[in-house]
This record gives sequence, structure tokens and C-alpha cells, in this order.
Amino acid sequence: MMALLVDVISWACIVVGAVFAVIGAVGILRLPDVFSRMHGAGIIDTLGAGLILVGLMFQAGFSLITVKLILIVVFVLYTSPTTTHALARAALNGGVNPLIERKEAGGDEPSEA
Amino acid sequence: MVHAISLAGVLCVLWLLLSGHFHEPLLLGPGVASVAAVVFIARRMDVVDREGHPIHLTWRALPYWPWLLWEIVKANIDVARVLVRRRMPTDISVINVKATQKSDVGQVVYANSITLTPGTVTIALDDNILTIHALTTSAAEGLNTGEMDRRVTAVEGSS
Amino acid sequence: MFAAASLAVLVVMALALVRAIKGPTVYDRILSVNSFGTLTVVLIAVLGFLTERPEFLDIALVYALINFIGTIAVTKYVEFAHLGAPVDPGDWEDV
Repeated sequence: MMALLVDVISWACIVVGAVFAVIGAVGILRLPDVFSRMHGAGIIDTLGAGLILVGLMFQAGFSLITVKLILIVVFVLYTSPTTTHALARAALNGGVNPLIERKEAGGDEPSEA
Repeated sequence: MVHAISLAGVLCVLWLLLSGHFHEPLLLGPGVASVAAVVFIARRMDVVDREGHPIHLTWRALPYWPWLLWEIVKANIDVARVLVRRRMPTDISVINVKATQKSDVGQVVYANSITLTPGTVTIALDDNILTIHALTTSAAEGLNTGEMDRRVTAVEGSS
Repeated sequence: MFAAASLAVLVVMALALVRAIKGPTVYDRILSVNSFGTLTVVLIAVLGFLTERPEFLDIALVYALINFIGTIAVTKYVEFAHLGAPVDPGDWEDV
């Protein structure tokens, strides 16, 4: 009974993670410019990969395998924002400007963006 | 020195967990040697200090991580809902947010937390002004409330 | 079921690859290749469970680190057209 419950939770995590990963990839495909595509990549890096790996953790139970899966999740969560930020800086320096379709009147909109 | 000892401890635990050899002296010896070599190289590179190995943040960061994870889940659902709509979002905005953290580590934690939550990406960080690309107005408004900023400042503490 | 999971990951990788091929700027390509790498890590982990060889997780762990370093290196190369060595001596600003 317990094993079945763990199995169900595990597969629910994997399926939801796969759905989020597909949505993130669709976002990468559909969004208009490189800065907004980073949000899609963010979904893949956080909930997409994260939930699939959490689902695998439930399959592994309490063992060193689970520890390794936790380490993978932690590494991905630590490296993903660093990569995104480096890429955003490179794109800004390379002359790509964020696409803003609707200007806010006033507010704290930076002038150079 | 405290940072070097703590780094050595972390590396030992990591080595044991990754290898799974808990009582085989033949393998533990090279393990200890490799940990010592890494600590020596890191000290020579001058990266073992408050910034490279911030142990003073550890205890206050523990309650922050679950909160951050929950924020990530909520933001993921929001952004996923936007992405599956037939129309693409037209309210992309770039906003400036002031970081109230004093140290560089605190500001980096704040900037990375913002980037980690989907819907907001930190694209520049200059002199505690963060330039943030927000996919939706609700994501931008969520940042303007300053909840995350306050929590990161609490993690940083007065040290 | 693990086969279905790896199939889903492969589909997502294919979608990311489409953006890498189309992607108008070089930054789009780096972004999708980075996502591709993250998905490769997940795929290696799932394959480890599929073939019941948990040693694959060590490879996934190393791949996660190499993916990070590789993306940073390519980004730095594109940004500065070199890997961060100072152009004139004493100028370590852009490292």
C-alpha cells in the first residue's frame, strides 16, 4: 500500500515536471526576444528538471542515490541563475535591447533600456 | 582559517556521500589527500574567505530556502499559465529595483533569487540598482512590494 | 514508465534544439543549448533508472557542472571575443 502511494506520488511529480518542461520549451520557441526566452529556460531549469528529479528521488528511496539526485538539483538551481545573468549581460553588451511593446507612462522605467 | 576548515569539512562529507566508501582505509587515504589538495589550491587562489565560502549566512539562510522554493513554484505556475495562452504577453517591462543589502554577497543572493523565480530576470546589477526584465506586470508588481528584498536582508543580517 | 519519461525529455530537447537552429541571435542559441544541457542531465538520470544502473547519476552530476562551465565559457567568448585574458597588461576589469 505504502509502496503504491510512493509510486503514485513519484509518477505525479515526473508527469507534472515533464509538462512544465514542455511548457518551458514552448515558451523558448514562442516568446519574441532573447530576454523573454530566458523565462522559458527558467521554467525548464527550476520546476521542469527539478520535479522530474524529485520524482526519481521517490523511486530511489532513502539511499546514496537520493543524495546524488539532491546534489544534482542543488547544482542546477545554483548554476542556472548565474548562467542566465551572464548571458543577459553578454546580450546587453552585444547590443541586444529588451523588446518592450507597451511603454509605461512615468514610473521607474530606465531611460536607456 | 575557519573558512578553510569548514571547506575541508564540506568536501569530506561530499566525498563520502558521492563515493559511498565509509570504512576502507585504502580508499579513504586518497580521499583525504584529494580534499587536502583542493583546500590548498583554493587557499592559494585566495577564494576561501567570507565571500567565497559564506558560512556566516548558513543558519539564517535555512528558513529562506523553503520560502524561496515556494515562491519559485508559484511563479512557475503563473508564467506557465501565461505561456500556454494563445496570445503572447504584451506587457513585458524593464524595471529598476533598489537592493538594500550592504554586502556584495547579499546583493548577489538577491539578484540570483530574482532570476531563479521565473517571470523575472536580473539583467544588470550596478551599485545596488538591479535592472529587472519582467514578463508580466504581476511579476513586476510582486517585486515592487519588496518582500524578497526584506527577507534577503534578514538573511544577510547585521554582520 | 521511465521510457515514457525519457521520451518526454527527448521531445523537450527537440523543441529546444529547434530554437537553437532557428534562433536569430547567437544569444538565443546559447540559451537553448544551455537548456538542452540541463535536459541532458535529466535524461542521463532517467536513463540510469531505466537501465537500473545508478552509476549514471555520477555522470549526470559531472555533466551538470561541465554544462555550467561550458555555457559560461561560450558566453564570455562571445562577449569579449577572448576568454577573459587581459588585452593590455594590468587590465583585469573584464575578467
